[in-house]
Amino acid sequence: MSAQLTPNDIHRLTEITKNVRSNIIKMLYHAGSGHSAGSLSWAEIMVFIYFYLAKHQPQNPQWPDRDYVLLSSGHHCPALYAVLAEAGYFPIEELVQLRKLGSRLQGHPQRQLVPGVEISAGSLAQGISQAVGLAIGLKADHKPNHVFCLMSDGEFQEGQTWEALLLANKYHLGNLSIIVDVNKIQISGHTDQVMPMHPFFEKIADFGWNAIKTNGHNFIELNKAFTQDLSNDNPSVILCQTIAGKGVSFMENNPEWHGKAPNKEETIKALTEINES
Amino acid sequence: MTKTKSQELNLKSTRDGFGEAMLEVATTNPEVMALCADLTESMRLEKFAQTYPERFVQVGIAEQNMVGVAAGLAIVGKLPFAASFAVFSPGRTWEQIRDSICYSNLPVIIVGGHTGLNVGEDGYTQQGLEDLALMRVLPNMIVIAPGDFAETKKAVHALVALKKPAYLRLTREKLPEFTKNTNFEIGKANIIKEGTDLTIIGNGPILTEVITAQQNLQNNFSVEIINLHTIKPIDTETIINSLQKTKAFITIEEHQIIGGVYSAVIEALAQDKEGSKLIGLPHLALGLKDTFGESGAMRELWQKHNLDNTAIEQTIKQVIEWKHA
Repeated sequence: MSAQLTPNDIHRLTEITKNVRSNIIKMLYHAGSGHSAGSLSWAEIMVFIYFYLAKHQPQNPQWPDRDYVLLSSGHHCPALYAVLAEAGYFPIEELVQLRKLGSRLQGHPQRQLVPGVEISAGSLAQGISQAVGLAIGLKADHKPNHVFCLMSDGEFQEGQTWEALLLANKYHLGNLSIIVDVNKIQISGHTDQVMPMHPFFEKIADFGWNAIKTNGHNFIELNKAFTQDLSNDNPSVILCQTIAGKGVSFMENNPEWHGKAPNKEETIKALTEINES
Repeated sequence: MTKTKSQELNLKSTRDGFGEAMLEVATTNPEVMALCADLTESMRLEKFAQTYPERFVQVGIAEQNMVGVAAGLAIVGKLPFAASFAVFSPGRTWEQIRDSICYSNLPVIIVGGHTGLNVGEDGYTQQGLEDLALMRVLPNMIVIAPGDFAETKKAVHALVALKKPAYLRLTREKLPEFTKNTNFEIGKANIIKEGTDLTIIGNGPILTEVITAQQNLQNNFSVEIINLHTIKPIDTETIINSLQKTKAFITIEEHQIIGGVYSAVIEALAQDKEGSKLIGLPHLALGLKDTFGESGAMRELWQKHNLDNTAIEQTIKQVIEWKHA
């Protein structure tokens, strides 16, 4: 990982992100159900991690020296599946099997079914505890692998998340980074109304973590945040400010799109917008 | 200092067996780890924590996180034993066990202590009485309820060799051992005593009361005792063979009848052609009848809930009478 992204890097990552967003829309359309807004808000972050930051080998998913990337907010798996397929973990053509009977692309992911999926997920806050366990185990064995745990901001409403934050601080897990998609919506509405977390940043910092804020749609900003994170020996939380439904105008910042898939007309409109961006 | 009765008799509990076995398996299995949610002494993990500090994770009073951390450790090749009182784990942690461990098929051993009415004076909130039901219902889960110190040690060794998701049910009370000379195989029930008039199926230290009852009645009745130490996967074959012979049975458990040993036995019979013919045999279920535990001495509680040897003897006579009616 270099300290600065080149224009070529940014161009490459941007093109991949467009493919990922298009595939998310197509998958959700074919599935007829799923979580559109949150999947779209993850696109740049996941592309940055899988196509720039993390050590991993798509042809060798169990590579022992890989960094572990855990998606805790399992309902955002369309984004993960699209990124994994784009990276070569499995054929892109398989994406339209999302949520179909017999498909390994379950509506919420199962770790034994899909190459590259490190944990089964779908029940919020279970991912961070597993990430802490991975980091404790790797640290005990003096292994250099880094653990990235991808969480939604809503997961911080679960008590288990704060239990895990306490333990990671106790064990000084510098090999652990939590990446939070702060898209500010959840299934019942805007997060500020459902369960205010303010001051979110300070709360996490008070638990002894490095707390870093960044723009989750900007590769240069993401790179700055992650570079800062990885040069430090304490566990880190990177709060990525994102726009729910990013890239599709009629989905952006609209809680209605938390758990809904586009119909045919909406799909055409969404794909056009993504391609022309 | 005067010795207590249990010290005089050198009695040990199943949790004592767990603590001793953990030290044994740790020497030859570097992947074995232990996690505890502040109940280190109660779960007999103090020596493990002192001997292997780098393999012991003290998570504090945070059971849900403990289960997830154990799952994460398993992903990187560890074999974690995650221990607390059963009411807290698997009680509080059921969904973490369901999704983080069973669904992912990760080798984590959930260890639930302080189960059964033998917990005694601490009362209902400390008495694990629903744990077998909670764990039995989960796919991939192996469920073991050892009867004594020796059997617990054998179970821990077997679980380390097996490396699958499992639940190990432990108890606090120091009671006599009855499995010192028996083989232990996960999924294979042990016939403690052969008989022809009636079969008693149960597990855990309450089997000491069953053995007393059988001995008290042995001049009049021939009672067969099955130690169902592994409640899942259940040994249907041993149960069917016994019931075909005795044609009457009793189940016994320090657990709710709903979801425990009785349920497991009937469910197993109902899924087998020959077994289904045996469901109508005269039988009774001993255990908690959809009620709470409470404070009291162990023996007082066993008496109140018809689990002591006197109640068992009466039940044996009753069911055999039905059989001959």
